[in-house]
Amino acid sequence: MTLNYTQLIPAIFIGLAAGYLGSFMVLRRMVLVGDALSHVALPGLALALLFNINPFLGAFSSLFIGIIAVWLIENKTELSTESLIGLFFTFSLAVGILITPREDILDALFGDISKITTTDAYISVILSIILIAVMFAISRKFILSTISSDLAKSSRVKVGVLNLVFLILVAIVVALGIKAIGTLLMGALVIIPAITSRNITSSLKGYTIVSAILGFISLLGGIILAGQLNLSPGPIVVLVSTGIFLVSLLFVRK
Amino acid sequence: MGEEILKVEKLTVEFYGQKVVKDVNFSLKKGEVLAVVGPNGAGKSVLFRALLGLIPYSGTIRWQKKIKIGYVPQKLAIEKNFPLTVGEFLTLNKRSSKEELRGILKLVGLAGSGDWENAFLHKKIGQLSMGQFQRVLIAHSLIGKPDVLLFDEPTAGVDVSGEETIYQLFKKMQKSDKLTVILISHDLNVVHDFTDNVLCLNGEQICFGRPHEVLDHKTIHKLYGEDISEHAHHHEM
Repeated sequence: MTLNYTQLIPAIFIGLAAGYLGSFMVLRRMVLVGDALSHVALPGLALALLFNINPFLGAFSSLFIGIIAVWLIENKTELSTESLIGLFFTFSLAVGILITPREDILDALFGDISKITTTDAYISVILSIILIAVMFAISRKFILSTISSDLAKSSRVKVGVLNLVFLILVAIVVALGIKAIGTLLMGALVIIPAITSRNITSSLKGYTIVSAILGFISLLGGIILAGQLNLSPGPIVVLVSTGIFLVSLLFVRK
Repeated sequence: MGEEILKVEKLTVEFYGQKVVKDVNFSLKKGEVLAVVGPNGAGKSVLFRALLGLIPYSGTIRWQKKIKIGYVPQKLAIEKNFPLTVGEFLTLNKRSSKEELRGILKLVGLAGSGDWENAFLHKKIGQLSMGQFQRVLIAHSLIGKPDVLLFDEPTAGVDVSGEETIYQLFKKMQKSDKLTVILISHDLNVVHDFTDNVLCLNGEQICFGRPHEVLDHKTIHKLYGEDISEHAHHHEM
């Protein structure tokens, strides 16, 4: 498999965005939410493939619908986000598997960055930058509301709006990552860099920056390594980030 | 005492059709300290949450216009390894200069020699002792000079000496800055010693007024269902 800049440059930015956003998802205990959400993308991805439109658009659309539905039902009922995500996750996976064209199912599940187009590459880079900027802008208020929504609300932070913006950012990052490592493994790209960084940092600033950097090292390193070994990149990315996590255990800061 | 900054009339909070706080009426003037007392489950924290606008209620809560409220929650569960330093926590939603931070830390009794404050600001928030954390929460509420402080007293975790100094701290702050405070207290001694007015709550309002005028045996019995006033009277300072 030959790699070119069209694949490598988006990988840098998607990795940074996934690692950075992932650091906040871990603090929010939304790790499994991200994992499950990546599966919610599948029906949209499948429909996009069927009707020959941009798969990113398809994935993002179904993620967006899923997230709005979760947000609405969450505000209506007392069910936890986690249980709702569980429902959406299995439902979408079922629908997705049924309607994804057979020959595309492996790409959808595990991704294939070699098929990324120049347009996709531009979209990925621009969206990644916007995503990091927006997350950075809301990060302090978001952390305060994570620690205590009462404390945040009493400081006039609009917690509901903040949560919705965050969920949309999560949807975008998942949709971006799917192209690179697929729906099944995208969860790893937001989780593993963050928990690795948590092992070795103590301030919020250090934690989020290191997580972003590890996200990009994992994604880029995994893709390059997979290219050289002629293997599918998704699983190699997960192996690389898991390897870094294991090394970080040697330097745990308590 | 100064102008009225809060007026509460016929405040009622319902959860699932049950009135948790019923028909509460009181007012608060600038510079006053008001204690809310009552047994566990009396609706004290619920009252606070209504005052902060965190939950729906009926009746009226009228704050003075553009008032800045500082809130100290009863407790916060922060994981031990939550990656956030004290300095970062204090400035999460408000900008503050190093000088202001140092001043506030000193005020809440978190000061040491040399570069102690600086080292403290770089400490992980999850690794503080309960007493330190409580003071950091108070410091957080004081950033940006609030007009009124809502303080939900912790029931456990802060040792008695720590508690006493927190009230002495309020007294000190009140003298210097004319800070208005509403505090939830479990300790009637604190109420007698440190507050101008007391609001007794047991679902409904049992009393409101000067502590030495309204906190008699009958009221306390009605409030707690048993006579613990003996205990309160033994303790004179």
